[in-house]
Amino acid sequence: MDTEVLRSYLPLFWEALILTVRIGWLGIALAFAIGIITSALLHFKVPVLSAVAKVYIELFRNTPLLVQLFFIYYGLPVLGFQVSAEGCGIAGLGLLGGSYMAETIRSGLDAVPLSQTESALALGMNKRQLFGSIVLPQAFSTSVPALVANVIFLLKETSVFSAISLMDLMFTAKDLIGLYYDTTEALFLLVIFYVIMLLPVSIAGSFIEKKARFRIFG
Amino acid sequence: MGFEVLLKGTNFIRLLQGLWVALRISLISVGISIVLGIILGTLMSLKKPVITAVSRVYLEIVRIMPQMVLLFIVFFGFSKAMGLNLPAEASAIIVFSFWGTAEMGDLVRGCLISIPVIQYESSYALGMSKFNTYFYVIIPQIIRRLIPLSINLITRMIKTTSLVMMIGIVEVLKVGQQIIEANRKSSPHAAFGVFATVFLLYFLACWPISRLSKYLEKRWS
Repeated sequence: MDTEVLRSYLPLFWEALILTVRIGWLGIALAFAIGIITSALLHFKVPVLSAVAKVYIELFRNTPLLVQLFFIYYGLPVLGFQVSAEGCGIAGLGLLGGSYMAETIRSGLDAVPLSQTESALALGMNKRQLFGSIVLPQAFSTSVPALVANVIFLLKETSVFSAISLMDLMFTAKDLIGLYYDTTEALFLLVIFYVIMLLPVSIAGSFIEKKARFRIFG
Repeated sequence: MGFEVLLKGTNFIRLLQGLWVALRISLISVGISIVLGIILGTLMSLKKPVITAVSRVYLEIVRIMPQMVLLFIVFFGFSKAMGLNLPAEASAIIVFSFWGTAEMGDLVRGCLISIPVIQYESSYALGMSKFNTYFYVIIPQIIRRLIPLSINLITRMIKTTSLVMMIGIVEVLKVGQQIIEANRKSSPHAAFGVFATVFLLYFLACWPISRLSKYLEKRWS
């Protein structure tokens, strides 16, 4: 491996990392927002909208991100929705992640035993107290491991963005291999940069899982 | 809207053939992953320090490395570093089996340790031999927990195989692109129709399987 080559590649990978992280976290933030809204629609059984939410979840959970991105990036402009590659990446990640987050949060809410709700109501708590201090904390603690897994999954999924010509880590590596044929160096840096991006999240995730593990009562 | 392109000539058949290429890779990889995963999971549940350490590193690699990176390493890296020229399909199967084995191993380990000790103790107390205990008590319980989870792995494998277009395998997305390119003049809106169809095809391939997995999970739990 040539250290000179590695050094000359570093700035390119660094720029790509920043782009990947930015799109990744914006997409994940969008995924959380979509997930919370969708799971609320399902949990409170809002008429019509909960059916729409169900269709959305099934559609996006059962298709690959790459196909979703192709559809949004190349297909939708035909209908007049022109989105930039970056916006398309964020939207794709948000839509895919939203369906996963919705399932996770909903199953967390469903896991809270009915006796908890009934006891809270029997104690004279109002709807807000019931939801805010009884149901949500317990639902959150059961869904934390799955939420962490979702976040890591979504950050990994950012690797397909190169297909819609975003200059992410994957794109940079592929480009450099094509230009200079320094395959070993480019792949080595690719791995290192993914480790830099994901290992801290993985470690922080296990830490949060330990902290958030309350007991489920009832 | 661009759907009419698919009715021209053999275009739709070609799209389906492309889907089959991706499905074939994922089914072969799932087969390999299930066999190796059961072995790995059983080894991990033995709690031998060396096996635990090695398997933890392996699982962590799979957990944080995107499958696309692994594909690039095997497809481009191996040929440069070791002079090993693997065909794209073989590299894809190697990568997806490497990934699937880790996932499956973790599932098997989880199922094995979730069987309470009381199950073993009760069957011994009833005078069952070790073989009978495993054959009639433990293994049926494990299989019931494992089958929905491994079916779920199949859908994830199918979804992940869409990545193989990035190492030059002509699968459904690539065929779609070819169809769009070839009909650029006659139907400029083909991109919408073709990619919507690909989207739907993937959905139709994965949805029944994930429904089955959910159904079995509910029925057997």
